[in-house]
Amino acid sequence: MNGPTPYAIIPIEPAVEEGSLYEIRKKLYPRVVHGWFAGWRWALVFLTQAIFFGSPWVSWNGRQAVLFDLAARKFYIFGWLFWPQDIIYLSGLLIVCALSLFLFTAVAGRLWCGYACPQTVYTEIFLWIERKIEGDRLARIRLDAAPFSLEKLVQKSLKHTAWFTVALWTGYTFVGYFTPIRDLGIRAITWQLGPWETFWVLFYGFATYGNAGWMREQVCKYMCPYARFQSVMFDRDTLVITYDRERGEPRGPRSKSTDRQEKGIGDCVDCNICVQVCPTGIDIREGLQYECIGCAACIDGCDQVMEKMGYAPGLIRYTTDHALKNGLDARAMWKRVFRPRTLVYGAALVAIVAISVGALAMRNPLKVDVIRDRGALAREVGPGLIENIYRLQLMNTDEQARQVTIAATGLPGISVVGVAQPIVLEAASTRLVPLRVQVPVYAASGSDALKPGTHKIEFVIQAQDDDKVVRHEQSSFIIPR
Amino acid sequence: MSDFTSAFWSAFVAILTLVSILGCGVLLYVTGRVRVKPSAKDAQGSAGPGTTGHVWDEDLAEYNNPLPRWWMWLFYITIVFGFAYLALYPGLGQLPGILDWSSASAYATERDELDAKMKPVYQKYLAMDVKAVAADPQAHAMGERLFLNNCAQCHGSDAGGSKGFPSLRDRDWLYGGEPEVIKESITNGRNGIMPPLGPVLGEDGVKSVTNYVRSLSGLPHDGLRAELGRPLFMQTCAACHGADGKGNTQLGAPNLTDQIWLYGGSAVTIAETISKGRGQASAVTRMPAHKDLLDAGKIQLLTAYVWGLSNLKQGGAQ
Repeated sequence: MNGPTPYAIIPIEPAVEEGSLYEIRKKLYPRVVHGWFAGWRWALVFLTQAIFFGSPWVSWNGRQAVLFDLAARKFYIFGWLFWPQDIIYLSGLLIVCALSLFLFTAVAGRLWCGYACPQTVYTEIFLWIERKIEGDRLARIRLDAAPFSLEKLVQKSLKHTAWFTVALWTGYTFVGYFTPIRDLGIRAITWQLGPWETFWVLFYGFATYGNAGWMREQVCKYMCPYARFQSVMFDRDTLVITYDRERGEPRGPRSKSTDRQEKGIGDCVDCNICVQVCPTGIDIREGLQYECIGCAACIDGCDQVMEKMGYAPGLIRYTTDHALKNGLDARAMWKRVFRPRTLVYGAALVAIVAISVGALAMRNPLKVDVIRDRGALAREVGPGLIENIYRLQLMNTDEQARQVTIAATGLPGISVVGVAQPIVLEAASTRLVPLRVQVPVYAASGSDALKPGTHKIEFVIQAQDDDKVVRHEQSSFIIPR
Repeated sequence: MSDFTSAFWSAFVAILTLVSILGCGVLLYVTGRVRVKPSAKDAQGSAGPGTTGHVWDEDLAEYNNPLPRWWMWLFYITIVFGFAYLALYPGLGQLPGILDWSSASAYATERDELDAKMKPVYQKYLAMDVKAVAADPQAHAMGERLFLNNCAQCHGSDAGGSKGFPSLRDRDWLYGGEPEVIKESITNGRNGIMPPLGPVLGEDGVKSVTNYVRSLSGLPHDGLRAELGRPLFMQTCAACHGADGKGNTQLGAPNLTDQIWLYGGSAVTIAETISKGRGQASAVTRMPAHKDLLDAGKIQLLTAYVWGLSNLKQGGAQ
């Protein structure tokens, strides 16, 4: 206790080598990587974040374009207004997402994980901030190992402040999807946020900060269910990031002028760049591993080295098990992208997309529910005039007010009374309309005369401004004995 | 209020819960200290996934795929949370917990909050005259919803009533149609009783009175019978229904001259009403008091809505 403190605090718990059922995480310092695939990832970072951060600020017809009003149970997405009753469209969207994941994974492995998953995207952003403040891999390792100093304190505080800022902005944006974001901004500045708004801003912000700053690859390794089940979509013809062992081994350092054939070594110079750039800390040369998120950082890293060495690129590349084992050329490999598995996934995807889009296009903004009065089955209101009572739950899911008329068909002389027509349905509202239907029973004669019992009738609810907005609802009319 | 038939089961649940949570803690502690054999390094010099040392069926080994250690601490936090939760909320058998929380009290709190929120709206209408409230479109919409939720089961969605349940749309009132009377009917309920007169009048008397009653509203009847029934009516029925048969709103005795029949106007039904009476055999025919079910504001809106049904044109306009 009294002696000089060692430089760094070393974990007291034994590391995994000693064999515990729990392991201490070894902090990773992914090295910066540039290249074709990193470019794609950054493109997707910008695309997804432009959508995430941007869309709440877009206005549409005088309101926020994308707003999920939970309290009013109304969900605005540009021109659409969805109600809880429209949950089927959400199901459609989720099915489309799942099938897309299946298809992409069957074709080229964990594309989602590597390029578009929020975990990857935010880790990329946070790594970028970390790099700008603390420097690249080696500088960060050195900084962490260094004893406490003012400079370390400044750098660490800067980094966490920057992280917090980004994280809070994501939290603010997230809440901005559920409550008008401009109003939220004003209230945030004037310190008037409600308790739940504050909670969700902080919670979501904390989740971003924690997951992208601290948890990083552990989210993929230990928490993410998709990470684990995506491998069931893999087959021999799935493009996965693979180290070409035959070409690379035996690996070893060499000078640029070394004749590989003479020395009997492969193309791998064992520079460990592929390990250093890996955000999950694996060595791709050991083959396909569940930790691999398919980000292709190792491809970019390795290709640069190959270029410097004057070797052909692609020692680590997207290839299939089939192509590698059977020596298929690129053409033959790509041809196998079209195989029963991908064709079935693709066809199902196209079908569901078509059905969802079609259903959305044909969505009727008028929803009607007919409820027969249960207290009184029927009553006679005049000589031979039978009356049944109904309640019509009318729902106008549109953002414009409508006038509708209610008629009934199915029995001779049937009429709707007791309701002032046309009925005004305010924009995005529901209305319960009690009404009476009358049928003259003795008017019809002969064998067609109405017998006591239950008769099928149909309500026709017609919007006055649009012929296509019409609902036909079945119900029954009871004639007492 | 107890869900348990004896204190034993309460204690059983409480002890089982606590022991289970403690057991989780012990399990965590033990597994945290278990050391397993690291696996041999392969040719490339990297260690494969270690095994826990368990082997089944000669060669089936269990891989050790270690969880991060912070995950273990999360489990410990969960245990602490579990104890804290059980201390604060009802969870251990019958123990109510320190916060004394219950779903009923939570409901009451939320309802009070809503009531407080709605109070200004109701206050506004309570301060207004019922007839003025009836003409207010917002009050009409609220009243309609209240009616559909509270009254329509018996009186019908259109307030047209049915057998035994008076129509509220016509201008015929059992107890009177003035706003104060309607409010009184809703608040304290009504219990109109027609006593069974079969034993008093005899079969023949019932038949005569039936014909007389039908003659009052000009329905087809036997004139001779009606003449015979007239003195019987004056003697037995006029006390409530009045000598002219126009009823008495003080007692809720219906007007028998207007062709509006609460139970039906056929000779058979009228005879049944006279001989067996109405409103005694079943409580269903009573108008229940709503003072304990609805607060004054809601009753005010309902009164206005019901009054408006027969006094205003549809849509709330006078």
